[in-house]
Amino acid sequence: MSMLIPYGPQHPVLPEPLQLRLEINDEKVISAMPVIGYVHRGLEKLAEQKDFQQDTYLIERVCGICSFIHSLTYCMGIEEMMNIAVPPRANYLRVVWSELHRMHSHLLALGLLADAFGFENLFMQLWQTREHVMDAMEATTGGRVMLGSCCIGGVRKDIDPAQAKFVLDQVAKVEKELKELVPVLLDDYGVKQRLVGVGVLDPQAAYSRGAVGPTLRASGVRRDHRMTGYCAYGELGFEPVVRKECDCYARTDVRVGELHQSIDLVRRALAKLPDSELKTPFKGNPSGEVAVRAEQPRGEVLYYLRGNGTDKLDRLRVRTPTFANIAPLLGMLVGCNLADVAVIILSTDPCISCTER
Amino acid sequence: MMEIQEELTLENQLEKISSLLPRGYRFVTMTVVDDGEGFDIFYHFDLKYKLETLRLKLPYGASLPSISKAWFAALIAENEIQDLFGITVTGLDIDYRMHMLLAEDAPVAPFCRVPGVGVSALKVETKSEGGAL
Repeated sequence: MSMLIPYGPQHPVLPEPLQLRLEINDEKVISAMPVIGYVHRGLEKLAEQKDFQQDTYLIERVCGICSFIHSLTYCMGIEEMMNIAVPPRANYLRVVWSELHRMHSHLLALGLLADAFGFENLFMQLWQTREHVMDAMEATTGGRVMLGSCCIGGVRKDIDPAQAKFVLDQVAKVEKELKELVPVLLDDYGVKQRLVGVGVLDPQAAYSRGAVGPTLRASGVRRDHRMTGYCAYGELGFEPVVRKECDCYARTDVRVGELHQSIDLVRRALAKLPDSELKTPFKGNPSGEVAVRAEQPRGEVLYYLRGNGTDKLDRLRVRTPTFANIAPLLGMLVGCNLADVAVIILSTDPCISCTER
Repeated sequence: MMEIQEELTLENQLEKISSLLPRGYRFVTMTVVDDGEGFDIFYHFDLKYKLETLRLKLPYGASLPSISKAWFAALIAENEIQDLFGITVTGLDIDYRMHMLLAEDAPVAPFCRVPGVGVSALKVETKSEGGAL
């Protein structure tokens, strides 16, 4: 006989309020229905009431993890509407801060996953490593999460040679510590028992259900929006990290691969940092409509913007990666054991604040 | 700037959108804009990193047929549209009845220019005081 279990919104392994109404039969999940809305803030509506420059900083607060990439994507949209060419140095600095954000987000996600499968020590070690990245962001912008460094037309802050050296030292520490942590994460017998073959999402389902980011790439689909070459990614060279196992282990492995990739991108971006202005001045207000996308740590984000020639936007719409990953998550949960639900949810690295805005 | 690849009508919307699946498209999301005279419903799809947008102009008070039978991923976006714009989406696989994001006592259709303008009469319970209507 089946029964209904309310999983969350307050649950020991869920970092944010999300409820799944699980229909189970003898410990097997038959169906899952998401219940969200606990942290909906109406930010899209608020953005229509602020002027488009203030929105840069409002939008950064959509998420407390990938905040910089939210403001970056928004700025890219306004720059496209107003034909603003971003100076080369600003494009490289945008890559540096984006990749630092990806690193701290992936370390956070891997730590939470470790917590979900009961490896608390690994969770604490991963978060300790994350602190190096947070220190690098604080040293270059003054903020650990809300950097406030992206602006329409470029960036507000520079990275001088001493700061660049500090960033490189910090990512070297991350790299060194990852050498010790990754074997535990990927080779440990107990960890593999919890991840391998769990939460399988086949490539066809991942694609047709609109999965994005590591969730999509771990199902063998080679898709990463950085491939389009926005900011300076086109000049730095880039290949997505893809795995074909389609399970929680593959999603973990993709994030580990992307951590190493981000370290490499930060190094190359700082080594090739060109000399130029940081920001292109502009006048006027945006008009027309654009839809721009960028790759956040959890996957592709889309911003739709409609301007009317005034300082207020007619519409600002955000489709965050977790929003896109809800439908694939529901598919992964069907047929799994109740004990694996937490691991499967955390393997998609959900961000509920992002999703609800 | 965003290009509209195709204008849809209520008559051909399901057929046109369903035909994208076998052609290799990936559903990205839906966007709704209240332009003061009606709703612009945008369906965003991706094919090889190119964003393809289809637009349906929906008059106030009209119902929107769900595409979730063809694109399950649209389910969450369609429920969000019901919540925020008060547009009735018909044929939803899971219908949160305007309370996926919004609480029971939240304003009705808060993202409309005139709050509640797009809401069908059947679903609105007007309040004597407070609320959006």
